[in-house]
Amino acid sequence: MTLAIDRNDPTILAHAELYRREMGAKRLRTLLGAVIFIVCVWLAALGSEVDPGKFIANAWRFPKYILETMPTLRLQSFGADMAEWYWGIKGWLKLLWQTLLIAYVGTILGVVGGFLLCFAAAANLGKTSWLRFATRRFLEFCRTVPEIVFALIFVIAFGLGPLPGVLAIAIHTMGAMGKLFSEVVENIDMKPVDGLTATGAGWWQTIRFAVVPQVLSNFASYALLRFEINVRGASIMGFVGAGGIGQDLIEAIRKFYFTDVSAILLLIIVTVMLIDYGTERLRHALLSLEHRS
Amino acid sequence: MSLAMSATERDDLVNRHQGAIDGSRKTRLITIGVIAALLGLFLYGLTTLEVSFWKLIAGFGNLGTFVVLMLPPDPGSLARAIIFVKALFETIAIAFLGTILAAIFAFPLGFLAAKNVVANRIVHFLARRSMDTVRGVDPLIWALIWVNVVGLGPFAGMLAIMTSDLGAFGKLYSEAIESADRKPVEGVTSVGGGKAHEIRFGLIPQVLPVIASQVLYYIESNTRSSTIIGIVGAGGIGLYLAETIRTLEWQQTSFLILLILVAVSAIDFLSGKLRFAIIGKRAV
Repeated sequence: MTLAIDRNDPTILAHAELYRREMGAKRLRTLLGAVIFIVCVWLAALGSEVDPGKFIANAWRFPKYILETMPTLRLQSFGADMAEWYWGIKGWLKLLWQTLLIAYVGTILGVVGGFLLCFAAAANLGKTSWLRFATRRFLEFCRTVPEIVFALIFVIAFGLGPLPGVLAIAIHTMGAMGKLFSEVVENIDMKPVDGLTATGAGWWQTIRFAVVPQVLSNFASYALLRFEINVRGASIMGFVGAGGIGQDLIEAIRKFYFTDVSAILLLIIVTVMLIDYGTERLRHALLSLEHRS
Repeated sequence: MSLAMSATERDDLVNRHQGAIDGSRKTRLITIGVIAALLGLFLYGLTTLEVSFWKLIAGFGNLGTFVVLMLPPDPGSLARAIIFVKALFETIAIAFLGTILAAIFAFPLGFLAAKNVVANRIVHFLARRSMDTVRGVDPLIWALIWVNVVGLGPFAGMLAIMTSDLGAFGKLYSEAIESADRKPVEGVTSVGGGKAHEIRFGLIPQVLPVIASQVLYYIESNTRSSTIIGIVGAGGIGLYLAETIRTLEWQQTSFLILLILVAVSAIDFLSGKLRFAIIGKRAV
C-alpha cells in the first residue's frame, strides 16, 4: 500500500474546488471590509482636519513643551530646586485632598443610588416590566452623558465650588454602578430567594437575606474600582470650576507656568498610582475573603 | 403528630442556636467599624466640601427650572442644527481616527514592553512605567497640551485621544504578546514555514480577534471622551455644548445632549454587532 495521493481523484478535485471557492469568497469579504475601513479612515481624517503639513511644521513644539515643563534640578542645590519647583505644595496638597474627597463622597452617593436602583433593573427581581424598562433607560442616560457636562450644568445651578463636582460624579457613578450591579444580581443563585419567598418573606426581606449576602463582595469590588476611576474624573472637574486640583492645573496650562504644570501633573499621577495600588490590594483581599467562606 | 412547633419548642430551638442566630461578635464588630469609618469620612467630606442644606435646596430648585426650560429640545434654527450635526460628525471622526492611529503606533511599544521580547529588565520597567504615566493623564489634559502645539481645532483633539490611548494599547499588546501560545507558531515551523509564515499563521490569528474587539471597545469609550474634548477648544460637539450651557440656551443644550445619546447608542450597537462578527458570542 502506498500513501501517494491520486491528484486526479474526482473527490479530491471537487474538494479542492470547494476550498478555492470558499477562500475566494472569504478573500472578497476581507477586501470589502478593508475598502470600507479605508473609506471610514479617510472620512474621519477629513472630519478631524488632519493636516500632516501642520503637524510636521509644529511637531517640534511638543518635545519643546515637555522639556520646558521640566524643572531645573541641580545636584548641588537639590533641596532648594525641589522647593522652588514645588513652591505651591501646601495649596496643591489641600486641593488634592479636596479632589480625593470629591471622588469619595461622589462614589459613596453613586454607589448607594446604584444599589437602590439595581434590584429594580435586574431581570430576575424587577417586578414590573415597565418599571424595569424605565430604570434601565434612566441609568443609561446617567452614564452616557459625560460627567463634565453634568458638572457644567450643576456649576450654574449650584454655584462654583466642589458641590457640583460631587453631584456630577455621583450621578455618573450611579448610572455605571446600577448597570454593573444589576448584572451581578442577574447572575445570582435563585434558590435562597425561592426559599425565603416560601417562608413568606417580603420583597425587602428577600433582598436583605437572600440576595445581598451573595452579591456584597462583588459590589464592594466594583465600588473600589469605580473610586479609582472617579479620582481621575475629579482631577479634571476643576476645568469647569467644579472644585479640586483641576482649577490650578488649567490655570497653569493656560498661563504657561511650565514647571507648575509638571509639578501638579506629577502629583496627580503619583496619587492615582497609589490609589490604584491600594484599591487593587483591597480588592484582592475581598476576593480571597469570599473564597475562604 | 402535628408539624407546628409549640412555643416552648421554639424557644428551646432559639436558645440552642443563639450563637448561630447572633453571628460571631468579631464579624459584627468589623462590620460596624467599617461602616462607621466610611460614614465618618463621608460626613467629614460633606462638611469640608461646603455642602449645606440650603445650598442643595436652592440648587435643585434651579436645576428644576433648567429642566423645564430644556423641554422640548430645539436647535433654534435649521442652520444651527446643521452646525451641530457637523460637530457631531467631527466628534466621531476624532474618536475613530484617534483610536485607530493609537492602535497602529502602539505596536512597537507593545513589543518593547513584552517580557519575552525584550529581556532587559530596565527597558521593560521604563517602558511599562512611561506607558502608565501617559495613561494616567486624562485626555482632556492632553488636549490642552496639544492645543498649545498644533493650535485650536479637531486635529488637537485627535492627537489627544491618540496619545492617551497609546499607553493603554501598549499595555494591552504587551500582555497579548506575553500570553500568546507558542504551540501554533511551532506547528507552523514544523511544517516548514518561514518567519513571516510563523507570524502570519501562528501569531496573528491568536491576537487579532482580541485586539480588534479591544479597538472597537475603545472607539466606543472614546466617542464619549471626544464629546467633551471641545470644552477646551479641541474640536467636536463639546465646544457647542459648553457654549450653549454658559449662555443658558437650554433648549439647544438638550438638543445636543440628545444628539450625543443617539450617536453613542448607535455606535454601541454597531460595535456590538461587529465584535460579534469578529469573535463570536463567547467573548462579547
